[in-house]
Formats: sequence, structure tokens, C-alpha cells
Amino acid sequence: MTTHSRPAIAATGLRKSFGDHVVLDGIDLTVPQGTVFSLLGANGAGKTTTVKILSTLIGPDAGDVRVAGHDVVREADAVRAAIGVTGQFSAVDNLLTGRDNLRLMADLHHLTRADGKRRATGLLDQFDLADAADKPVSTYSGGMRRRLDLAMTLVGSPRVIFLDEPTTGLDPRSRRDMWQIVRDLVAGGVTIFLTTQYLEEADELADRIAVLDKGRIVAEGTAEELKRRIPGGHVRLRFADTDGLDAAQRVLGQASRENDTLALRVPSDGSLRSLKTLISLLDDRAIEVDELSVHTPDLDDVFLALTDTRKVAAQ
Amino acid sequence: MTTPSQALRFHPLRDSATMLRRNLKRMVRYPSMTVTLIAMPVVFLLLFVYVLGGTLGAGLGGSGGRAEYANYVAPAIILMTVTATIQGTAISIAMDMAEGIIARFRTMHIARVSVLTGHVLGSMVQAAISLTVVTAVALLVGFRPTAGLGGWLAVAGFLAAVTFALVWLAVALGQVSKSVETASNLPMPLVLLPFLGSGFVPTDSMPTALRWFAEYQPFTPIIETLRALLMSKPLGPNAWIALTWCALIALGGYLWSKRLYARETTT
Repeated sequence: MTTHSRPAIAATGLRKSFGDHVVLDGIDLTVPQGTVFSLLGANGAGKTTTVKILSTLIGPDAGDVRVAGHDVVREADAVRAAIGVTGQFSAVDNLLTGRDNLRLMADLHHLTRADGKRRATGLLDQFDLADAADKPVSTYSGGMRRRLDLAMTLVGSPRVIFLDEPTTGLDPRSRRDMWQIVRDLVAGGVTIFLTTQYLEEADELADRIAVLDKGRIVAEGTAEELKRRIPGGHVRLRFADTDGLDAAQRVLGQASRENDTLALRVPSDGSLRSLKTLISLLDDRAIEVDELSVHTPDLDDVFLALTDTRKVAAQ
Repeated sequence: MTTPSQALRFHPLRDSATMLRRNLKRMVRYPSMTVTLIAMPVVFLLLFVYVLGGTLGAGLGGSGGRAEYANYVAPAIILMTVTATIQGTAISIAMDMAEGIIARFRTMHIARVSVLTGHVLGSMVQAAISLTVVTAVALLVGFRPTAGLGGWLAVAGFLAAVTFALVWLAVALGQVSKSVETASNLPMPLVLLPFLGSGFVPTDSMPTALRWFAEYQPFTPIIETLRALLMSKPLGPNAWIALTWCALIALGGYLWSKRLYARETTT
């Protein structure tokens, strides 16, 4: 078996339209096993449609799509046996208890009664739901519901997990809990396909990020690679008075001045060498600097630059 | 061609049993639904026997009055119990569709039809409970069937066939509904059909056009068969007509449901 060289997800030329509306306009994706791949995009960019196609919920109009080595159209059953999906809208049974929901999944995965019971209890503990295990899901908070949703997905020990905006609408604490869960899963060798509109989330979790805009992938790479593609790194210097500000500007030349905050923005790649040069320039002339901070472009800059040129130009 | 491996084999019976357990649990956790479904035919029963029964009984031509009308109307109320139950089926299917749980089932390696058969079997159990309660109330208010053990078994079997057919129809109706509200309204015509048949008054008292409809619509032979079985009267051709209707409705409902379940969701 060539299991380990084979990518967990591979799509080429993936297209999908609903009527006249083109949602996915030729997408190529490759996700190696045991990694986190994040699909980043605004609402309506086509993220959910991509997940639906990869998870066999809907068929592609064109393209070759393989998940866990199987074609999503011709071998949908084999794909379903290998994947787990946690969607944007929680797929839990509200009338049942958390434990019932997990037992239901265990039964559908044909675990024995004893195994199912053990698995349910284990997951309830792992996802911090043990106290609410026997309460109806309708009484759960958003974060608990999302954790249960993911726990249900894990009952069948899937090799590839799709998480469609798993933290949308969660409070910061629940979001961090969810991130930790994802990291633990990846440590266990699972492949994660994550969609999100939070750049911070992609930055935290993903090995590789693809930016989806209007049905096309406009950039792909690691978070660092994407950030490097965008200019905007600078050092910000703040001074005690206008004299210092004036003096510094004479020395540094091409810097943009913020009069009301007595600060200068000096373009910089943030490397130690450029900082050293900058500091000695100021030091030689005995210019007092109150505060120095280094700014690298974050994924927000990348996202805005790639998906909407108007917005960036306006900034 | 790939040969399906051991792990990829489907287990429709086992999965259906799992889904049935799920639906029974939901029934226990949401008892107000069951209560509502039983209350409707009971209210109609009391209304027709105590408010209208005296007058309507006199119109039947016999001398029995209210007591005779109780015997006349009970089969229609029993059928109404089945239609109330399937209204519940449509509602719970629509609830499933509205929540994300169906999407989860669709992405799992389970026998697809088991999601639907779970609902069908669950509704059959629900109908059995409702029918027992409603029949018991009917007996309390003066319904005096003459059927022996064999007759009652035939009634049970016949009702199972009728319920099975109508439930499959409701499974389709629940799926075409865009919302839970629509799902509770769509089966309404089925609830009213016994009125436009021989359920509450004999069809020969109706105007010509309505009588024609009443005599040919499926619920009339179903009610007449029930009546004959319960009161130990000869069945005539009604039983076969009724069972043919059941087979057609069941097949139509099943095929429609299966088709609806296989369609893609575009939202």
C-alpha cells in the first residue's frame, strides 16, 4: 500500500454552479496526510460548497476529486467510510442527550454495546461534557454543542476530518478550546480540512492556507509565505516631543510621519540587521526614542490585499 | 469495478433498528407530541358522540340514536388517529431536515434508507400506542364492536397496512416541506378526507357530486372495511379495494421519499 505518499485530499479542476451562479470556478487542492489545510474566504466565497463536495453531500460539475484515495463520485461510500464532517450548523439531535447522541453514532458505526459505551464516556470526558452528558442537547450552550458535534464526528475515528467554520459564533475561550482539540487530533495523525473566516485561526492551526475568492484560489502557501507576498512591514518609533520627531525624520528620510501621536513609521522587513542599523543611526545623533515597535504584515493584510484591491488602495 | 471490501458492506437492518431506537427515544423525550396526536381524535370522538351523536344517530335510520352513532363513527375516528400520527411523522421528518443531523447521516457510511425506515417504524409504534388509547376511549363512550379475537387481529393487521402506506406518504410530505409549519399543514387534507367519505355520515345523504367523490376516494373503502371487521359484517369487495389503495399509496410514497432523499441539497 502506498498509503503514506498518497495525499489525503486531491482535487483538480473542481467546478460547481447552481443554475447560472458559478460558485467554484476551477479549483486545485492538495492536502498531505496528517496536516491541517485551511480554506480561507469571506462569506459566499464557496467554502461550504467545497466542503460539501469533498464530503460527498453534493456532486461536482467537473473535476477530479479524491478523498482518502477514493473518487468522491464513483466511490462515495468508501469516502464516507473514511471521513468525518462537522458543519457550520450543528448536526446534533436536540431532543436526545449528549450521551445518546454519541451512542447513536457508535451504533451507526457498528461498535459493540460495550465499546460504544466506553467510547461515548471517553469522548464526553475528553470534550469536557461529562457533567452535562445526560441532559438534553437543547439545554447546551453554543460551545458545548459545537464540542459535542465534533465528538460525534470522532466516534468513527475518521482519517480525514472536515471542519466547516468550527468556531463561528463561539466566545474566545470556547474558540481556544476548539483549537487545542484540533491540535491534539493532528498530533494523532488525522488530516484536517478547515474552513474559516478568521485569519487568526488559520494562522494558529494551518500548515497550509488557501485563499478562496469568488470561486477561485487566489493564493496558497504557508502563513509565512503568504505574509511575505504582501508589503507593509514597518518599525514604529514614538518620540517625547516634536524636536525628537523632526531630528529623526531628518536622519531617516523616507519615513511617514504621524504628527498627532509624535510617531514615525519606517519601512522595514523586521530583521535584526535592519533594526540594528536603525538604532545606531538614532543613537549616533543622540535622538531619544520613547518607544519602538516592529510590525509585520498579518494575514488580515494578506487577505484584504488578495481579495479586494479597492480596500487596500483606500487604506 | 471495485469489489466492496468487508468494511464497506451495508447493514440496512441494523441501521434501521438503530434509527428506530433514536425515534423511540425522541418520542419519550418529547411526550407533548404524542399527547397532541392522541388528543385530536379523542376530542373529535367526544364531539361527535356527545354533541352531534343524538341527531346524527337518528338520521342513520335505526332506533339506536347516540349509541348507534358511536358504533358508526368509531371506525372513522380510528382512521383519524392514523392520519394524526402521520402528521407527526411529517413534522419530525421536517425537523430532522431543518437541523443539521440529516447532513451528518448523509456523509456517513450507513444504509441510506435506514434514516427513513427508522421514521416509518417509529411512527408505526406511535400509531399502535395512539390507536390503543383512542380505541379504549371509544369503548368507554359506548362503542360496542362485535368482533371476536380473529376479527380484532384482522383489524390490527389491516390498520398496520393502512398506517404503513400513509406513513410513507408522510415521509415524502415531510421532505418536500421547506419548514416544520408546512410539514404540519401538508397532511391536513388527509385528516379531512374521512369527512368527505363514509366516515361520519352515510354517503347516500350527500349531494351527487360529493357522493361520487366520497364513494371513490380511498378512505371510504378503508373505513367500510374497518366497520365490517369491527362489527362482524360481510366484507364485500371493499377489503380488496382498500388493500389495493394501501399498496399503491405505500409504493408511491416510498418511491417519492427515496427520490427526495437522494436529491442534492443546494443550500
